[in-house]
Amino acid sequence: MLVFILRRLGTMLLTMVCLTMVVFFMVNLEPNLKKLAISQLDMRSPPEQIEAWLVKNGYRQNFFVRYGQWLGVIKKQPNVNPETGATTPRFTFCNEPAEPYYGGILQGDFGCSTKFKTPVSAKLWPALGATGILMFWVMATMVPISLLIGVLAGMREGSRTDRTLSVASIATTATPEYVSGVIFTVIFASWLGWLNGSAASATAQGVTFYNFTLPVMTMAIYGIGYIARMTRASMVEVMTQQYIRTARLKGLSFSSVVIKHALRNALIAPFTVIMLQFPWLLTGVVIVETMFRYQGFGFTLVEAAGNNDIDLLLACSLVSVFVVLFTQLISDVGYAYLNPRIRVQ
Amino acid sequence: MQLEFIGPFQIVLGILARLWPVWLSLIVVVGVSLVYRKRLGLYGQLFDTGVGVAGVLICLFWLFTAIFASVVAPFDPLAQVPVMKDALPGAIVPDGGGIYLLGGDKLARDVFSRMIYGSQIVLVIAPAATLFAIMVGVTLGLPAGYYGGRVDSFLSFLANLVLAFPVILLFYLLVTPGIMDTPIPYGLAGVFFLFPIIFFAVLFYTRFKNRPDRLYLLLALTILIGGWVYVGLVFDRDPLGIISIDPNQLNIFVAVVFASSPGVFRIVRGLVMDIKTRDYIAAAQTRGETPWYIMLWEILPNARGPLIVDACLRIGYTTILLGTLGYFGLGLAPESPDWGTAIKDASRLLRSFIHPALPPTVALMSFVLGLNLLADALREQSLKD
Repeated sequence: MLVFILRRLGTMLLTMVCLTMVVFFMVNLEPNLKKLAISQLDMRSPPEQIEAWLVKNGYRQNFFVRYGQWLGVIKKQPNVNPETGATTPRFTFCNEPAEPYYGGILQGDFGCSTKFKTPVSAKLWPALGATGILMFWVMATMVPISLLIGVLAGMREGSRTDRTLSVASIATTATPEYVSGVIFTVIFASWLGWLNGSAASATAQGVTFYNFTLPVMTMAIYGIGYIARMTRASMVEVMTQQYIRTARLKGLSFSSVVIKHALRNALIAPFTVIMLQFPWLLTGVVIVETMFRYQGFGFTLVEAAGNNDIDLLLACSLVSVFVVLFTQLISDVGYAYLNPRIRVQ
Repeated sequence: MQLEFIGPFQIVLGILARLWPVWLSLIVVVGVSLVYRKRLGLYGQLFDTGVGVAGVLICLFWLFTAIFASVVAPFDPLAQVPVMKDALPGAIVPDGGGIYLLGGDKLARDVFSRMIYGSQIVLVIAPAATLFAIMVGVTLGLPAGYYGGRVDSFLSFLANLVLAFPVILLFYLLVTPGIMDTPIPYGLAGVFFLFPIIFFAVLFYTRFKNRPDRLYLLLALTILIGGWVYVGLVFDRDPLGIISIDPNQLNIFVAVVFASSPGVFRIVRGLVMDIKTRDYIAAAQTRGETPWYIMLWEILPNARGPLIVDACLRIGYTTILLGTLGYFGLGLAPESPDWGTAIKDASRLLRSFIHPALPPTVALMSFVLGLNLLADALREQSLKD
């Protein structure tokens, strides 16, 4: 088991290095660098000035040197003014030592956000915290509801409840966040006026039922259908097993057969599915946070990508890739742990 | 100036009347299908269940709407009639210009016409991109599943690499305006569009290796047609000038294929690993068939059931992805009538006007729902056999 986890961690590390290198390459493409330089100078800067800015801030160094610096295995050189010999930080809003130093991801230094004019960590961690709250509520509503729907539908295959719930779950999987968000806002915010169509106040004044229900609902609904269908399939399979028939013939009531015998085995498969939902939820987070103006991770990612804020975008992709890979690992390990039959030999 | 309006009942009637070519074609196609359903195989069996009928009806509805868009839509999707800015549904254009059945949007364009024309964009890109993704996934998934070992490890690693990317990040990196200045989209397109040609060439070669008369004809056709489409799509230099694609659309196309082919790859790989243990594969191996013959002519036809179901679901998913791209204003032109862009534009103004937001959302939802229902019915039918 330990070897298995270690090997997975190794693959995970390799994947992360490859992916960050791809992202690093993409954000450092020529048009993107030009865009960044223009946004930092002003719209009408001549090409020479843009080029000078890029050279001065070290964007013209070798690709692998820069990647190494970002990673923290190659020293970052201070920014020395060739005329006076004085060292000044590249960005006024970030501290930078005057001598060469290792300052990369491995040292815990994520760099400077050129869009928000602050160190990346000052922006990223609060945003992640905000998204964490959103994710918690989404999970807290999505998981129980979808499991309940799945179990109810799969309990008696082919019954009317099963058909209704199945069609309902298909319908929710056909409703992406930007569709359900609009529909819910129209119904609950515009017509009924029960809920707030924006979660902007949640950042400052805290989470309330009034401003947070719509984002949570919107995000949960897309995942519910999928998890419910998986739970249903798993439940249907369990209900045809011999031990369920034995329990039934023993004279146990239907409800106690479902709760005591079927449920525990039927919930193994959905566990994996729920874990693998995280990459999807990440996209959902971006859509929902943009739609409801909630200052979380997704909002930060959109801002970073829209303004080609290199360090912030790299940090965001690192976090999201880590989340995806880590949940995959947990789902594999957890599956082996929950299901004794396939525990790794 | 005061606008005149027609009542809700007349709006519904008006919409139903505008869609007459769609209803007509639906009646014809469904009628013919019902009469001959015993002879239509899997497609005919779809009409046995309510879910299947609903799925077929919704999908055909949007298909015919896309085909007859220019007849159905009363206005040009980009035409603006200044007085009609944010007009409510049923507003009559002054001077006898017609009726804005579902109202006007913030740029005074007809919401109904835009929704109808939007279906054209979605129904061209989504199925085509899915088809290419399936080609790429199948061509790579077959050897990965069949040979296993190092080929499998390498290809699976690549697939997992793409799958580990959150889709939205991938789109932000791949579909930015700046990237059109770099050779990346063209390079990717060049690689992806090569796969169908390789696929068909190998398909015909393995089958007709010993019958040169058929082989040379088919290979020549594949390379001629494939090469023609290839040159037209990748380099935008079709000698006949028939096939051309806007660079923006090419970029979107490539990004969508890139995002969804690893999924197909994984499914094909899993299916192949399952099927290759069957007896008929062992028989083919004993006969001395080449590996690619076994993959393409023995394994692939037997994996078609799950692949068809997956294709339906995937077209729906691609539609959602396209909507996401539109929602974030990536790739598609800002005035493009596609549903995602329309939802983006309308959702910003939800506080004041809700009517421009509803038609595109309902359209997107119903189309994806139709595809999902279709997939569900197909799955049920294939399980029956």
